[in-house]
Amino acid sequence: MEMLQHNWLSLVLFLPLLGAGVILFLPSRAYERIRRVALATSVLTFALSLPLLFWFDSSHAGMQFSVFHPWITAPDLVSNYHIGIDGLSLFLLLLTTFLTSLAALCSWPIVQRVKWFFVALLVLETGMLGVFVALDLVLFFVFWEVMLVPMYFIIGLWGHERRIYAAIKFIIYTMAGSALMLVAIIWLRKLSGTFDLLLIARLLESRVLVLQPGQEQLLFLAFFLAFAIKVPLFPFHTWLPDAHVEAPTAGSVILAGVLLKMGTYGLLRFCLPLFPNATKEFLPWIAALAIISIIYGALVSLVQPDAKKLVAYSSVSHMGFVVLGILALNVIGIEGAIYQMVNHGVSTGGLFLIVGMLYDRRQTHMIREFGGLATPLPILSSFFMLVVLSSLGLPLLNNFVGEFLILVGVFQVSVVKAALAAVGVVLATWYLLWMYQRVIFGKLTNEANRNLPDASRRELAILVSLAVMIVWFGIASPMFTRRMEATTKRILYQVESPYYEWAARPTSPPVHLEEPQP
Amino acid sequence: MRFEPTDLFRLLPELVLALSGIVVMVADPFLGRRSKQPLGVLALVGTLLALAATLVQAGYTGLGFSRMLSVDYFSLFLHFLVLTVTALTILASFRYLDREEIHYGEYYALLLFATIGMGLMVASNELVLIFLGLETSSIATYILAGFRRGVLKSNEAAMKYFLLGSFATAFLLYGIALMFGSTGSTFLPEIRAALVAQQANLTLAWMAIALLFVGLAFKVATVPFQIWTPDVYEGAPAPVTAFLSVGPKAAAFAAFLRIFFVALEPAIDKWFWLIWVSAVLTMFVGNLAALVQSNVKRMLAYSSIAHAGYILIAFAAGSRFGIAAVLFYLVAYALMKLGAFSVVAYVAGPGEERQGIENYAGLSSREPLVAACFSVFLFSLIGVPLTGGFFGKFYIFRAALEEGSSWLVWLVVFGAINTAISIYYYLRVVIAMYFREARQEAPATPLPTSLAFVLTLAALGTVYLGLLPNSLLRFATESARALH
Repeated sequence: MEMLQHNWLSLVLFLPLLGAGVILFLPSRAYERIRRVALATSVLTFALSLPLLFWFDSSHAGMQFSVFHPWITAPDLVSNYHIGIDGLSLFLLLLTTFLTSLAALCSWPIVQRVKWFFVALLVLETGMLGVFVALDLVLFFVFWEVMLVPMYFIIGLWGHERRIYAAIKFIIYTMAGSALMLVAIIWLRKLSGTFDLLLIARLLESRVLVLQPGQEQLLFLAFFLAFAIKVPLFPFHTWLPDAHVEAPTAGSVILAGVLLKMGTYGLLRFCLPLFPNATKEFLPWIAALAIISIIYGALVSLVQPDAKKLVAYSSVSHMGFVVLGILALNVIGIEGAIYQMVNHGVSTGGLFLIVGMLYDRRQTHMIREFGGLATPLPILSSFFMLVVLSSLGLPLLNNFVGEFLILVGVFQVSVVKAALAAVGVVLATWYLLWMYQRVIFGKLTNEANRNLPDASRRELAILVSLAVMIVWFGIASPMFTRRMEATTKRILYQVESPYYEWAARPTSPPVHLEEPQP
Repeated sequence: MRFEPTDLFRLLPELVLALSGIVVMVADPFLGRRSKQPLGVLALVGTLLALAATLVQAGYTGLGFSRMLSVDYFSLFLHFLVLTVTALTILASFRYLDREEIHYGEYYALLLFATIGMGLMVASNELVLIFLGLETSSIATYILAGFRRGVLKSNEAAMKYFLLGSFATAFLLYGIALMFGSTGSTFLPEIRAALVAQQANLTLAWMAIALLFVGLAFKVATVPFQIWTPDVYEGAPAPVTAFLSVGPKAAAFAAFLRIFFVALEPAIDKWFWLIWVSAVLTMFVGNLAALVQSNVKRMLAYSSIAHAGYILIAFAAGSRFGIAAVLFYLVAYALMKLGAFSVVAYVAGPGEERQGIENYAGLSSREPLVAACFSVFLFSLIGVPLTGGFFGKFYIFRAALEEGSSWLVWLVVFGAINTAISIYYYLRVVIAMYFREARQEAPATPLPTSLAFVLTLAALGTVYLGLLPNSLLRFATESARALH
């Protein structure tokens, strides 16, 4: 048991890959068995990741459940399999395992190359989990890039009409964006002598390693570009609507729910702690981009005739919020940002799932094709309402907590920014409720909608799990924020202390940083 | 000159190859005008024996034949690489030759002779022997490029390759002569000593360096000496193209490294700029030209040029890491490029008619294995992690950044930009194979077992290097020590 617990994180990380391996050996016609194995694997992964939440020591700011093995031991080039989670990655890990289960469950209607779809989905899950747990820069980059390949196939093979265009746009944007990050990683290795993230952070904190002003800015920009494309921030967002709209439902859920979080995760994990001065220097510009994203995304959502596109653009808006929260550089803002990452994953993932359910029934995403669906689909409509309300930030539901924390955090540093961000909340209420009204309420005018079947048991399972998460995160927030606090404070310490306040605070760092084992 | 019996062991792989080549030639007439596959088997056995001989050779490191031959880790590393490439090329040629009705036994003999030349190139400690090795391998490959005798393009390829190749070797020879005139020796260590001691006529030496550079740059196909590459690669029989793009290229890079690091290293300030400019031009020309190709074979030819540019980045680093990175990259590159051209050989069908990207549409449903392997090669060519191509590029970038000069940093940034450019044209093939339906049903040609073996082996090797690059990297670092 001891042994198992030590390697628990590896188990969670590679279980999906194992499931994919099992599916490879199933006959490709055995659709039902393939689906069941995929679902069982993803649900089991989620189940195995849940204990981490309860075992997590919230007083500890460093990495927990670390696993460390030598990987590349070539002379002068050491890279290790070093993984671990803290109060930031814990929640993204849980989000990933949760959403992948739902993505597997919502993919029953897929009938082409079923085997390969689920193999891709499970490989993708391992890739995404790897990004969130990797503590070695090479390992991180490997997961970061490899994960794009199954996603590329998911969009390109099982997507809608313009899938090929969307797939190539997606992969070129994201891969090209990270090419310079690779250069930055290697450069950082040259400066610090190691690929180990924790070690680099320690070297910076103890001033053993001092980045020259020009260096720090360039390194920051190389990392930032990769993350800004993923988030996506305003001028880099054009891949998102195409990819989200053309992807099959499962793909959109994963894209919106998990992939976008990698950008904001990267900001918190790399940009802030490693390049604090550059972060502060570029902060006004990035904040401006975030605010543009919030308002622009919301305005474009407002005029979308296509429900899926509306949800896609709303992601641009919501993710702008998260970035703004991070840039507040205070505990409440960053906690809100982490919280909101999870919330956005659940709520927007939920919106995509429901839009996907409507698509399964009518093969369209156009809002005008619907109307009055409350009559034939009472159950679906009620859950839709819940998800919409959650997404627009109704109190007692999940998004309210995140948005509230972010707004409070931002308000403390700038009233103007907070006021502009609040416009996004107002607009979100407008476009979401308006969309809901046109789809669900009113007279049932389109005859094609009259006899649609209500939620099946499979769909009900999806909807109920979503509802549980939405409410749980809405009312039990202290349970989660408590676990974020130490990590958030450590990140802020890293941002504030190494350069500016070092002279004033010569004592050793107040928070414990775990030493990587030799 | 004194002959020592142990010298024979230092030349064992070449002797084995020569013997097998002769056996193939002698046995050829007995088979008449029909499939020469038995000869292929013979050549394959010869190559494998030569691989075994390389292991024997490893016990006799040191200088041989009056210091002309240097058996060291560097030469052993490249022997393994070159012989593996030859073995895989022979395997990939089996069915190809039958399909194209090329029933000439010399094909296999020439492959073996070319390999002898490459073996000499990578192990020689002396400029004239390098030249001999280069000519041996070049002449054999000139003929191989024209082996589709009935096809105009193949004839053109052979002619072009021969004319421009001879021209380039003339440059090389001229460079050797000037170097001898300047330093009084053709032995690499002595040239170095003369340069260090400033005993050489330096003006003459710079000219010699420039000429040597031109000759070798032609062989590794870097801009502006790449002009021949697309046409030759397109016209040559696809397995020969596979061979050309990896075997002679690797051997030429080896000779390039040995000459420039063992002999000319004292003049690194001078030749650094040659390499630097050439690297930038090669990467951009290769990638931008590949971007607009619709013929997959030609696209891969341009991509070979681009990859030579990446290798030059590590070359420009001018360090032991740089050499190790070149060696590692050559192996990763050999696997993916050999695999990719083998796929082209298969898909192109009889007469190599179907080379266009549209012929790859729907390949994933017709031939899942071929499509999957090709995807691995293409992703590796981009440099996506978990493939050899990723770590290859990674080590190259690292070697250049480690040296720290800002010019090298720029080189790496250009490398990264080019990687980003290349994503598009490699993925176009993946899109065709997986996302598009075949327009017309292509006549089903069953995948030959030998080719399936080659593809699987190359793909597995590529993934292996992407997962566990340790052992090869150690070997490469150890080999680099021999030069620097």
